[in-house]
Amino acid sequence: MIFARLYGPKGWLAVLAGAIVVFAVFPVLNLVVPPESAFHVSAFGVGLGGKFMCYMIVAVAMDLVWGYAGILSLGHGLFFALGGYAMGMYLMRQIGADGQYRVNMPDFMVFLDWKEFPWTWWNSDSFLWCMFLVVAVPGLLAYVFGYFAFRSRVKGVYFSIITQALTFAAMLLFFRNATGFGGNNGFTDFKRILDIPITTPQTRMALFAITGAVLIATLLLGRYLVTSKFGRVLAAIRDAEARVMFCGYDTVHYKLFIWTLSAVLCGIAGALYVPQVGIINPSEMSPANSIEIAIWTAVGGRGTLIGPIVGAGLVNGAKTIFTVALPEYWLYVLGLIFILVTLFLPHGVVGLVQRWAKRT
Amino acid sequence: MIRRILLSAAFTLASLVFAPLAHALDPAVVARLTSGESDDQVAAVAALVASGEDRAIVLLRALSEGEVQVAGKQVLIVKGEAAVDAVTGAGVSPLPAGLEDVGVNNRLRRELESGIAALQLISPDRATRLAAIKELGANANDAMLPLVNKALAKETDPDIRAQLEMIAAAMELKGGTKESRIAALKKLAASNNPNTKPLLLGVLEKGAEADEDVRRQAETSLRSVEGRLAWAGRAGLLFSGISLGSILLLAALGLAITYGLMGVINMAHGELIMIGAYTTYVVQNLFRAYAPGAFDWYLALAVPASFAVAAAVGMALERSVIRWLYGRPLETLLATWGISLMLIQGVRTIFGAQNVQVENPAFMSGGVEIFTGVVFPYSRIVIIAFAATVLVCMAVLLNRTRLGLFVRAVTQNRKMAACVGVRTARVDTWAFGLGSGLAGLAGCALSQIGNVGPDLGQSYIVDSFLVVVFGGVGQLVGTVYAALGLGLANKLLESWAGAVLAKIAVLVFIIIFIQKKPSGLFALKGRAVES
Repeated sequence: MIFARLYGPKGWLAVLAGAIVVFAVFPVLNLVVPPESAFHVSAFGVGLGGKFMCYMIVAVAMDLVWGYAGILSLGHGLFFALGGYAMGMYLMRQIGADGQYRVNMPDFMVFLDWKEFPWTWWNSDSFLWCMFLVVAVPGLLAYVFGYFAFRSRVKGVYFSIITQALTFAAMLLFFRNATGFGGNNGFTDFKRILDIPITTPQTRMALFAITGAVLIATLLLGRYLVTSKFGRVLAAIRDAEARVMFCGYDTVHYKLFIWTLSAVLCGIAGALYVPQVGIINPSEMSPANSIEIAIWTAVGGRGTLIGPIVGAGLVNGAKTIFTVALPEYWLYVLGLIFILVTLFLPHGVVGLVQRWAKRT
Repeated sequence: MIRRILLSAAFTLASLVFAPLAHALDPAVVARLTSGESDDQVAAVAALVASGEDRAIVLLRALSEGEVQVAGKQVLIVKGEAAVDAVTGAGVSPLPAGLEDVGVNNRLRRELESGIAALQLISPDRATRLAAIKELGANANDAMLPLVNKALAKETDPDIRAQLEMIAAAMELKGGTKESRIAALKKLAASNNPNTKPLLLGVLEKGAEADEDVRRQAETSLRSVEGRLAWAGRAGLLFSGISLGSILLLAALGLAITYGLMGVINMAHGELIMIGAYTTYVVQNLFRAYAPGAFDWYLALAVPASFAVAAAVGMALERSVIRWLYGRPLETLLATWGISLMLIQGVRTIFGAQNVQVENPAFMSGGVEIFTGVVFPYSRIVIIAFAATVLVCMAVLLNRTRLGLFVRAVTQNRKMAACVGVRTARVDTWAFGLGSGLAGLAGCALSQIGNVGPDLGQSYIVDSFLVVVFGGVGQLVGTVYAALGLGLANKLLESWAGAVLAKIAVLVFIIIFIQKKPSGLFALKGRAVES
């Protein structure tokens, strides 16, 4: 019955098709089909696909708070980066003594002449601990921040601006060498994950498949939430918060839950992103990055879960093409997307398609 | 009249020319200088320096250059073929036979250098005196005290006097009697020179001063000097805080109108600032190309030009994009962010991605030194005054003009204003243009003190939003207090936590503050709160 609530037969078919692409088509094309074949998917293609799926998870997480609860966050890049940094710490420890200086310590610490790890790195050689941090750090930060913000009824644009200030402050903090996370350069040059070399096609494929699985799980979880009673209350809060409060609901808890969940999802996406892209640095926390996440969601269509996935794919696809072919013009295109989508496509691409579908 | 001036000029000239001839040096001293005995030579240098004669410096300089030669009893300064008598200054030709060089060893060379510096102290040229003081300060020798005192008696320039007094006191401390040492310490207590502190600390060092009374006086002097230095530091801090505050105020004033009064989230505000800065750059280039003589006046055109260009861009934006998004703040935020991206890239395409050079007019370079080491640059002072002027103009505009009345009316009740005949759409455009023009003015001001590049606006957007939000939306007074408060807080924290941590601390403070008081420092009370 829960299956029936989430999607109709067509919907499930689409989810299944996505799963087949991720778990069967890509691995076969990448690992089995020989490189000279026209159907072969290169390592670059797998990396790009994995990266895009991370962005899609973030976009869905953004949609949960913005599209369903009406909270526009301009700081989701921070949660993404925090998850990435937690994963990055583990990956840095996995380098072991294979760094530039042949010491069992990350290169940047040797360079700064540190003799021991700062307290933030406690237990960072444990994979489980770092996975816990991936969830806990963004989650806790979001919970504390959200608790104070929602309790004092900071909302709308105010909320957006202070989330932007938050990620800006964090970026400045992480840029400092003394913060202990590699300063400007962040973490890079990873060698292994779980003692397996990180650059082999098999490892990359595994990471790709895990990312795909998390994306599908995120989608289903999101669908489960928004079709539940909880989702109804959330939409009501988005549309008329005061009335929901007058009906006796404690809106703070609803908002806080979806906000924290969204941050955790971003953290997980960041953790998956780092081993596939091979670098994490403070520029991921720049306000521009966070606001771009909002536009992925807006392009695809807020308030639908498939929309953000489509939007993240479209915008990042365009970005990949443009930054290679016409790097000069990418910012013009991105700027135009921002303007045109807000002016003419309030429901995004998915909304447009739905309207066409209704007409025919 | 003219004849009298000419006559006196002629006399002055004559006295300058003949003065060296009039005062001859003591031949016995000159003879000792060339004796070859190093103790005698050092004593002779001291005697020459103490005499303070104009010819002495010529002789000492010639000696250090190796131009002094001796023929029997006669001491000559030989430059190529020409030679003059060192004692009388009279020309000697032809050169006598059997000339011998006068050797200069390292000890003598050192003495010569400080001797020359000491003699330069009484040079009529101010720059020479300043250079000499710098030289002396490094290696003061108590034998020169009489000369320093002599220079002090003649000195009229307050700046040089202060430095001389400092040196004199330092010399007294080294060699003077107990009374003169105490007197010197008392004098030092009133000194503004930052070098005073290490000097006093030197006196207080173990074993440096045996006399209890002198030590006690040194402690008192040190305390008063430290107190004054602390005050100078505080004054400097206050100034840089107010300066930063005035910049924040300029950057945020435009936003106070577009966001505070109209409720439009304009993320392209920073880019309007950038456009103002680039307009200044263009105007500057035009002046350099077509009116280099009037270059110092380019700001007179740049200020209105940057206002006009930014206002025009702003009004175009309002008409084309923002108008359609009134009442949808989150969408406005995204759309204006898109605009900002395009403006940045546009400027990159036109002017290149590198920073451009905007040169200050001459009257804005330099500064007032209120205390040694604490300088208030003129550019910053001008900007503070400029910010105040802009603020006053805007207050007058909003409170005393028809446009201001309309803007306030539309802000308070759009429908009612429309009913009584205010053309609200047009007022929106004008108000947005005004806010954008103010951003342009901020850009013009910023171009005078910082880098001008395509990313200029990005660094101010978060700050200016925080100022507006902190001060309370819709409150000009709040914006002023918030800008100055944040500027001061930032600089205060910076002085003991470093720039980055200070910035973070301020951001965190504002985040916490907004949660406590969501509508800012100066919240509107009553019904307006609900809207």
